[in-house]
Amino acid sequence: MGSSLARQLVDEGYDVCVIDESPEALTLLGDDFPGQFVIGQAIDWETLNEARVREADAYVTTTDGDNTNIVSAQLVREHFGVPCCVARVFDPLRADLFEQTGIRTVCPTKDARALLHEAIGSCKLGG
Amino acid sequence: MFIVIIGCGKVGVNTARSLLNMGHEVIVIEQRKSRYDLLLEELGDCLMFGDGTEIWVLEKAGIGRADLVVAVTGDDEDNIIISQIAKLKYAAPKVVARVNNPFNQPTFDLLGIDATICAAANMLRLIMHELPAHKFVPLLTLKRENIELVELEVGETSPLANQRIEDITLPDGVLLSAILRDGKALLPAHAGEILPGDYVICLLEPGRETELIRTFLPEESPEAIQAEGEIDVHSGE
Repeated sequence: MGSSLARQLVDEGYDVCVIDESPEALTLLGDDFPGQFVIGQAIDWETLNEARVREADAYVTTTDGDNTNIVSAQLVREHFGVPCCVARVFDPLRADLFEQTGIRTVCPTKDARALLHEAIGSCKLGG
Repeated sequence: MFIVIIGCGKVGVNTARSLLNMGHEVIVIEQRKSRYDLLLEELGDCLMFGDGTEIWVLEKAGIGRADLVVAVTGDDEDNIIISQIAKLKYAAPKVVARVNNPFNQPTFDLLGIDATICAAANMLRLIMHELPAHKFVPLLTLKRENIELVELEVGETSPLANQRIEDITLPDGVLLSAILRDGKALLPAHAGEILPGDYVICLLEPGRETELIRTFLPEESPEAIQAEGEIDVHSGE
């Protein structure tokens, strides 16, 4: 998810920096990825400094851990002052609750449920 | 009291045992099946299987009526999230969280989790205390209660060296609690005077350390001395 979003944003002309704990993640971005790549963890202050998040207009966390995404987005908002911090959170309950802390959450589970519901509604069902 | 503990590793299980022995009502949540199976016989109904960062699991454990929530998993993000859920959603009266990696302490502080325990930082303090020569050791910090217990050396050139206890004046917000001489603690009333080479144990409000260090160790840099007693969170793991 992170790599395809990064590539899309680069194509749209944005200046993008990707953080991942594994160097192999760079291969997902492709050899021609023009953005920056920093190896490290999403809640490590040094890593975030190296990625110059303080200068960012927006920050997105899409690791596979809901809790890591929520903590990282809050950290970047509170300490580094990035106004738009978005966390991917699979669990709908936590996604709703942590909106209270000032971050924005995107919940694929809720979105998929809504799309499935819509798909069913658009079928011509009997009865 | 009713206490919900999340994480049944060595810390969690020993906390649970002690609290149960004291007569408290305890529920421990563990997400590793093998660990759960191992401890089920001992803890019985006090042990629950599940991911303690999920709201429905916490609710099933009864977090809504908990007097104390203890987040002691081996994962710092999980401990932060549990503490925040307990405070934001359930207004838990007390929450205590474990900091596994001392580098994450600033993140706990930033996100308002004020009652934290970091084993690595506490061990460092006690090891410093055992060193033959140490100048300043923060022994205990109760952040929310706004009080600290520190130990510091009385330097040869300290203006307080060789003064009678009743004649000395300490900075505001500092209480002289004990004098360590030849490895033994003396109450101020029994020590008579402060000698160079003694160690003093003081209770103080956080933020008074610099003044206190200047008083007892006038030739040292207060900033450098304080940095020695803490894990340096800015120089990599």
